[in-house]
Amino acid sequence: MATTSYTSWAADLADVGAVYPFVGSEVVMVILGVVFWLTCQIMMAKMEKEELDAEEKSADVKSSTANIDRY
Amino acid sequence: MGSNIDALTTIFTEFYYFVTVVFMFFIHIGFCVYEVGVARRRNHMHTLMKNTMLIPLVTVTFFFFGWWIYWAFPNFPASIDWAAGAANTPWSPTMGTNLGDHITGVFWAAFLLFSWTAASIVSGACIERIKTTAFLIHAVLIGSVFWIIDAAWGWHYGGWMVKYLGYHDAYASGVIHAIAGGYALGILMVLGPRLGKFAKDGTPRDIPPHNPWLVTIGFFLIYAGFWGFYAACNVPIISPEVIDGQITGVTWTATNIYLAPTTLSAITFNFLMSLSGGLMVAYLVSKGDAFWTYSGGLAGIITASAGNDLYHPIQAMLIGGFGAYCAFKLHGYVERRFKIDDAVGAVAVHGYAGFIGVVICGFMLWGAPSSPFEGYATISPWGQLAGAIIMFGLLGFLPGYLISKLMQSRGMLRIPAAVELRGLDAMTNEGYENAVADVQAAERAILNAQSK
Repeated sequence: MATTSYTSWAADLADVGAVYPFVGSEVVMVILGVVFWLTCQIMMAKMEKEELDAEEKSADVKSSTANIDRY
Repeated sequence: MGSNIDALTTIFTEFYYFVTVVFMFFIHIGFCVYEVGVARRRNHMHTLMKNTMLIPLVTVTFFFFGWWIYWAFPNFPASIDWAAGAANTPWSPTMGTNLGDHITGVFWAAFLLFSWTAASIVSGACIERIKTTAFLIHAVLIGSVFWIIDAAWGWHYGGWMVKYLGYHDAYASGVIHAIAGGYALGILMVLGPRLGKFAKDGTPRDIPPHNPWLVTIGFFLIYAGFWGFYAACNVPIISPEVIDGQITGVTWTATNIYLAPTTLSAITFNFLMSLSGGLMVAYLVSKGDAFWTYSGGLAGIITASAGNDLYHPIQAMLIGGFGAYCAFKLHGYVERRFKIDDAVGAVAVHGYAGFIGVVICGFMLWGAPSSPFEGYATISPWGQLAGAIIMFGLLGFLPGYLISKLMQSRGMLRIPAAVELRGLDAMTNEGYENAVADVQAAERAILNAQSK
């Protein structure tokens, strides 16, 4: 079992290119990476919306005045 | 130096390590700033001085014996390499100003800065209740004995873990982070939580940092210093002839600590992508908590570090994200279940993330060569799992726990409860206020005399 295309360093480095695991699966990795990025960004937006909704509900004149005074 | 090209290579390498040392200094500044930010106001000075004084103590002990351990112990306890150790004893001519040796000093210093980091990771976990004397003994032991034994076993190109287990840990997920996290956990189990940390029913209370902004600056400094840490784990330029392993041809290369090829580009990609994966996941899982978002960035780097010399950047990002998730969840679970008060999350961010990172590396780099030399085992999940247990458990947790037990039995470990409640800096602060009052009174008296 090997995740890399080589199992020893017995090679001329002038002839060696990519050495990361799963060479040839770059497109799959990019798809996984993009899904990860978009999922994170969508979840961040959702989290912010929930937070702002809660802040809006709890906002009143007294606490807002106190926060304005506190700068 | 045989020729001008040899001379230039040597001077370049000397300068390269020198610069990494300066960068790594930022890690320690970051740890100091961060710990002071987390500590409550009544404990600032002691928190700062505890972490500061490990610098001289680890430095001199690393000079006296730590560096020798690295060179003499790659096959310890089976054998001690007296010949390799001889050039690195404190009485060796190469351990001083020597025009025939440009490398030993800067290489020693790079490893020394790793030692500071190992000790400083432990420092944060036990703030506000450990005696400084006890901590500084631990600092010498983790910084100049235990971590450097694991470095000899699992980081030296001839270490037995590399040879027989195929252990691969290019940027120290296990060699620095897992061992320091395990050692901190061992201390914390004996030391106990800060007073008031847990309610009577065992529910943990949050003890917020006194200054989140200082904590933020500390984290950024640690991130900045981490660049130096990564660079210091590489050999910047070396020829196959000098490596004298299986590599053929005449193409010079940068290598990891095992003298196996990598590039600075690789670690630049992977450092940034694993940091990003960790930050994104930690931000989400902690619901935007700044302390844990920053910690998650670190956990991301630490989890990917074992294989960041060879990973693809997207792999590094996903591994970093997974590590940050595990560190956050495990910190909360261990705190609730075992009543462990880790003030800065060091055990989770360094210990658990480091352990997990070493194991993941075994799957990701399964079958890849661990070394450029013939006869070494290839990287495997079981070799990495065994390595992670040795780092976290055998050389980290076990000595931390046993030495703390010994200290506790002698009353050396924890400060008295009355001092903990009043604050470690109470007398220092009183002295400060008295001095201020005294000089103010003197200056007022001078002013009054002049105005008459």
